[in-house]
Amino acid sequence: MTEQHHLTLTVNGRAHSCDVEPRMTLADCLREKLDLTGTHLGCEHGVCGACTIIVDGAAVRSCLMFAVQAEGAEITTVEGLADGETLSVLQQAFHDNFALQCGFCTPGFLTTAETILAENPSPTRAEVQSAISGNICRCTGYVPIIDAILEAAERRRAGKK
Amino acid sequence: MTTSSPYIGASVKRLEDRRFLTGTGRYIDDVKLPDMAVMAIYRSPHAHARINSIDLAAARAVPGVIDAFCAADIDMDLPVIPLRLAPFDGFERFLQRPIAQDKVRFVGEPVAVVIASDRYIAEDALDLIEVDFAPLPAVTSVDQAASGETLIHEDAGENMGTRYTVGRGDTDDAFSDAPYTRRERFTTNRHGAVPMETRGLIAEFDPDAPLLRLYGATKVNFFNRRHLAAAFDLPEEAVELIETDVGGGFGARGELYPEDYLVPIASRRNGRPVKWIEDRRENLTATNHSRDIVCDLEIATSNDGKILGMRATVQGDMGAYVRTNGGVVASKAAQFLPGPYRVPSFSCDVQFLITNKTPVGTFRGPGRFEANFCRERLLDMVAADLNIDPAELRLRNLMEPAELPYRIGELVPGDVNATFDRGNYPSALNQLLDEVGYADWKDRQGEIIDGRAHGLGIACFIESSAAGPPETARVTVAPDGNIEIRTGASSVGQGTETGLAQICADYLAIDIDRINVLHGSTTLVPTGGGTFHSRNTVMAGNAVRMAAEALRTRSIELAALRWNTDAGGLEYRDGAVHRGDDPGSILSLAELAAFARSRGPDEALAADAAFDNEGKLSYSYGAHAALVAVDVATGVIEVKKYVLTEEIGRALNPAMVQGQAVGGLVQGLGGTFLDHMIYDEDGQLLTGSFADYLLPTSTELPEITAIALEESPSEFNPMGFKGAGEGGIVAVAAAVGNAVVHALNAHGIQINDLPITPNRLRAALRATGT
Repeated sequence: MTEQHHLTLTVNGRAHSCDVEPRMTLADCLREKLDLTGTHLGCEHGVCGACTIIVDGAAVRSCLMFAVQAEGAEITTVEGLADGETLSVLQQAFHDNFALQCGFCTPGFLTTAETILAENPSPTRAEVQSAISGNICRCTGYVPIIDAILEAAERRRAGKK
Repeated sequence: MTTSSPYIGASVKRLEDRRFLTGTGRYIDDVKLPDMAVMAIYRSPHAHARINSIDLAAARAVPGVIDAFCAADIDMDLPVIPLRLAPFDGFERFLQRPIAQDKVRFVGEPVAVVIASDRYIAEDALDLIEVDFAPLPAVTSVDQAASGETLIHEDAGENMGTRYTVGRGDTDDAFSDAPYTRRERFTTNRHGAVPMETRGLIAEFDPDAPLLRLYGATKVNFFNRRHLAAAFDLPEEAVELIETDVGGGFGARGELYPEDYLVPIASRRNGRPVKWIEDRRENLTATNHSRDIVCDLEIATSNDGKILGMRATVQGDMGAYVRTNGGVVASKAAQFLPGPYRVPSFSCDVQFLITNKTPVGTFRGPGRFEANFCRERLLDMVAADLNIDPAELRLRNLMEPAELPYRIGELVPGDVNATFDRGNYPSALNQLLDEVGYADWKDRQGEIIDGRAHGLGIACFIESSAAGPPETARVTVAPDGNIEIRTGASSVGQGTETGLAQICADYLAIDIDRINVLHGSTTLVPTGGGTFHSRNTVMAGNAVRMAAEALRTRSIELAALRWNTDAGGLEYRDGAVHRGDDPGSILSLAELAAFARSRGPDEALAADAAFDNEGKLSYSYGAHAALVAVDVATGVIEVKKYVLTEEIGRALNPAMVQGQAVGGLVQGLGGTFLDHMIYDEDGQLLTGSFADYLLPTSTELPEITAIALEESPSEFNPMGFKGAGEGGIVAVAAAVGNAVVHALNAHGIQINDLPITPNRLRAALRATGT
């Protein structure tokens, strides 16, 4: 079980390499090997969505993927969403809409929402509700999260005009 | 005393957000210490069994395993986990020790511990632990527990944790003469807080220093420190509880649990820091459950629906041990059964039964959620029986402003002075009825729209807030003009930093961006009360106000020294001390802080305060309404619209208050429809993962209107705050249950049991031939 695999991957635009056991999850690799602790583990069985990251453009539960499966992948985690000190449009909309309380589920919502908006820049309210239905939040009751995603979509559309 | 309050009452954006949005928060699992080992726990797979033997040899032999131990290996007297709240006589027989000794009493009870270099290895080793159990029959219901056939704690000689009767007035008289009575049995489903972040701790224990530093603490750190110090025979100052960012509490996190002892023991045994992070399966069996009561409730009324009396039996399923929250759940359910109504006579037999399940504790609105469901369901039955509109029935019985304050009587043993403070309960209900369009709906109950039966249900509630010991705050101005608030109160994610900074900014008349809030850790202030019972804004908020007021006085004193003048001619305004109207004669807080420091190393521009409400609780109150659509063929229920009103005295931050109401309400929808700790007859938890234990998601949301009323400021603090954290959840099952029954009025079913699931609803409908 202690056989190590050498892994190279790109996270938030930076190349990383590390040695991992084949059984190590991608979430644990990010948190323990790369010290990117913004990705949170809420259930470790793929239901809660807190550990969602973006792997080659797709929202992925990093607790359900082995690190070795990410060889060569382009990964974005919550740490990679802001532009330096400037919050992304989506992060800013979460802040403006009180779309977080304890903040533990927030990284997973942000990464999920980024992929929603990349695929569908003009989602309806129902589409947003459906798209985030695999992410659990215990604090907010979801309403401000949905508001924030819709507002971010609107701001991004306005910004592109 | 403030001339203006730009922050208090404004929806100030949260100061906490940036670190959470950028992934730079610091939750317990994000903390890494040099040379830190990781701990995992072998937990009982049996609900009730004797332990014949434990063999840790194979586990210890795994490469990377540092240590493994069980109760027999621990070289200290195992302490009992103390009672913090509702410590009724009798409970002392049922307290838990941190690790099982000769018997296990619930699935999930710690039996052995492994320490390893990483979590993967620790979990490998758990699989190699051999325990020889002799299983015993499991007690999984209050009826079984009451029979006493199987004893869970043999020395106690019974499974009744304790039992008492409380009341006021003469119920025998009321019931014997009453023209109308009705009795029903209600049950509320065992479920729990289930915060997104599971529990976790890191201990650094240096017995020589001596120092025990425990990271991951929250909620009631000073109480916990006192008891941990006693357990490890340390002076209190040698124990430091450090609060990190916390991913949700809702009542369950931050109480003393077995792990709060086991992680320090592990660190002491191995001379290095040890981390333990609960996984979700552990969380669902090891963290307190709640809500599990059976209530037989009987009501007597006049023919026009005026309540003459209520009598009840409340049986609380306590699980296998009585933990820190003692008898809160069932005792508060009993106390809040009469609710905001005029109930001249009331009596309640309250029973606390020990079973082979996870121990219970508090979950947001403990006892209130349960009591409101039972009472409000029964009131709707009364309304139907007497042919009185449900809203009218409530308005006839709600206490009027002139009847308040009202001493409710000793409805919890020892709580002799409990008093509902001033308020206007009918106003909160009337505003709800207007907002939800009740006048339009009341004659349309059961209407079929697009194939589904529609119904509107209402429920009223009253909810106490801000109990407990005093809270502390210290406000310090640094020579650069930045201000630090320290408080003994915790943050469990609800926005404590923002709220306290708002108060401080207004009372010092400064910009909020200059303020930094540190909270919770025992290293910050000498003592503190903690965070529970919707108390932070009231208790810590007023402590910060008092500290800020004292800091203004201190500023003037320092300015008088600096100018060598009489303080009487000086005035504090706009964040500085002014001498008359001379624009040149101003000393800023920064200048005063620098001046203070120049006077000596012990001098600072700082002030301490403690706020004590002396047991005078402020009660929030209000009403909920749910509009539901029921598919009669499938039993599927949609909550289409939800309105609630909640009188909170004064909203510190309306957007955050809204967040509490909406978040609480959606949590309540989970408790009404989904959340359920289901045990089989062997005491196995069948809902031990998120695949089985269901929580509300974004697709099940009604259209929500949450109205915070500010008509009745609390008299017990000058800012007028009442708690606002629990009013959103406490009447959800009550309003929804009533709505479903109204929707199905053509079928004559009742809802007495939670959760309301399609299966249960279909079973009830089938029984009526539908």
